[in-house]
Amino acid sequence: MTPLLEVEGLRKSFPLTGATTWAARLRGERPAVRAVDGVSFAVAKGETLGLVGESGCGKSTVARCLLRVIEPTTGSIRFDGEEITTLSGRRLRATRRAMQMVYQDPTAALNPRFNVRRTIEEPLRLHFKMTSAERRERLMGVISDVGLGTDLIERYPHQLSDGQRQRVNIARAIAAHPSFVVLDEPTSALDVSLRSRIVLLLEALQKRLGLSFLFISHDIATVKYLAHRIAVMYLGVIVEEADSASLFAAPRHPYTRALLSSVPVPDPDFFHERLVLNGEIPSPTKTYTGCRLRSRCPLAEAVCAEPVPRREVAPGHYVLCHLA
Amino acid sequence: MNNLLEVENLVVHFDTDGGLVEVLDDVNFTMHAGEILGLVGESGSGKSVSATAILGMIRPPGRILAGSIRFESIDLLRLSLDEMRGYRGRRIAMIPQSYRTALNPVISAGRQISRLLEIHEGCSRAAAYRRAIELLDLVGAADPARLMKHYPHQLSGGMCQRVMIAMALATSPRLLIADEPTTGLDVTIAARILDLLRDLSKRTGAAILLITHDLGVVAQTCQRVAVMHAGQLVETAPVRELFRTPAHPYTCALVRSIPRIDIEVKLEAVPGVVPSLRRPPKGCRYQNRCPHAVEVCRRDKPRQEAVGQNHEVACFAFRRTP
Repeated sequence: MTPLLEVEGLRKSFPLTGATTWAARLRGERPAVRAVDGVSFAVAKGETLGLVGESGCGKSTVARCLLRVIEPTTGSIRFDGEEITTLSGRRLRATRRAMQMVYQDPTAALNPRFNVRRTIEEPLRLHFKMTSAERRERLMGVISDVGLGTDLIERYPHQLSDGQRQRVNIARAIAAHPSFVVLDEPTSALDVSLRSRIVLLLEALQKRLGLSFLFISHDIATVKYLAHRIAVMYLGVIVEEADSASLFAAPRHPYTRALLSSVPVPDPDFFHERLVLNGEIPSPTKTYTGCRLRSRCPLAEAVCAEPVPRREVAPGHYVLCHLA
Repeated sequence: MNNLLEVENLVVHFDTDGGLVEVLDDVNFTMHAGEILGLVGESGSGKSVSATAILGMIRPPGRILAGSIRFESIDLLRLSLDEMRGYRGRRIAMIPQSYRTALNPVISAGRQISRLLEIHEGCSRAAAYRRAIELLDLVGAADPARLMKHYPHQLSGGMCQRVMIAMALATSPRLLIADEPTTGLDVTIAARILDLLRDLSKRTGAAILLITHDLGVVAQTCQRVAVMHAGQLVETAPVRELFRTPAHPYTCALVRSIPRIDIEVKLEAVPGVVPSLRRPPKGCRYQNRCPHAVEVCRRDKPRQEAVGQNHEVACFAFRRTP
């Protein structure tokens, strides 16, 4: 079966044009932030792929490239069998109906001058020719899907709580019947008790509507709960990819091990064998030939300076490391 | 043994344009010397206001209506502004929530620390400089002498947080209040900051009041935990007991609402929403969210009662529920 979404060799670099790089540019160099530096993955129908990593690793840039909010530098993105990096006009719009996004900040993502009804009807107006009665029916449908009260539809964002706002965002995303939704840190800005509710809602929606999710988060425990498969990003590349269970049972890449062993576990008797990385994340403007973690990895050896092949260490479990 | 800190019957109201907000309702807790106490709860539960009250920094429209805060047996609420200055920043220091806004952007990191030493400790400029380097070394900065010259915008989040911790430790406080010290930091950095706090508490003997909403952080860092809900303290317990045998329905719900990486769990959401503090329900403020609420919960305020060693819970329904 072909996957719903297939990404191959995706790259996005942002050229540096400021005053700090003029000398390099005079030398004929092209300094750039390589935010995403060759990423490949696939998402099957009805599947959740978790994308984890620390700030600046490029997870959000991947998401934006997928929806063509920003244009990828190179690489191929196939959605439903169709190459979408070259689409434009009406065909692109049709693809966008099927690919939606929920953002991290529920308040910033809503137009403060649109009430709930207008917010959710917006994608319907853009993508379908519907009568107002049909739109209203769909509106009521998604409102109940996301567990919002029908008494809220005339309210404006400032009259809603954080949790309700995020539900409106989710309702807007699913209103036009997408098959793929990017969730970019949908729970990070929410209070603890609200997080679990949104997570439960997303889980239920996926089951009922057969949606595929790309779930981006740095909250690893939540990703584990929702995702079927998980890809770990570091400095613009996916260093490890596996199904959720085997990633947590046997993480192979040193970065994954460091990441997982840093997650605080709500059990006082739980003891992590901690793998601590040296220093901090290096600059994404450099070009790397060997392993990107080399300078921080406590296990690094001479071979790590060589280009790293992507290896399948177990069925469906891919690692970008010489030593794993 | 004398407690380092005793907060008793603390009531704080904020008189806003929208009406009176009853932010803290009869809060009681104690801290021993050298312990790490976690203060957990949702936003608006009164965690930060409790910390602000301890530092004597409740400002109008906020008002402390009743209660006492005894630190080393002295009631801080009875001190004059000048006397309070002898405690705030010296005996009691704070690591503020937002490291980005707490540091002065136009003064180098080193100068911010050394100036604090000159003011509080009366050090000479040269002595303060040397001591600042020692402090940065203590908080695990890789190259303290170089870091001294850096400005906050040149530092990563983790490094800023270390500078903040160094500043808090400059006066060898007995009590350190850390308000969400790892919020906004990446997990690997956050884990190292928590390691640092634990280690510093051991080495300097300072007690730490760790304010957080992350139960994982609590489990890995604290010895005791106090759980707050809507301005009321609902449960205090040693960290093991809190996770093994949580007593208050709110604590139970909280513990069940978090996904975890060590075991498979069935996630459950905490029922209901935090009640408005403008017109909080009479009696227990958890009553409208509580599956075990009975009539008395709506009438009377539950008192903290011992249910085990150092384990206290404020709940009428607790003894009735298995």
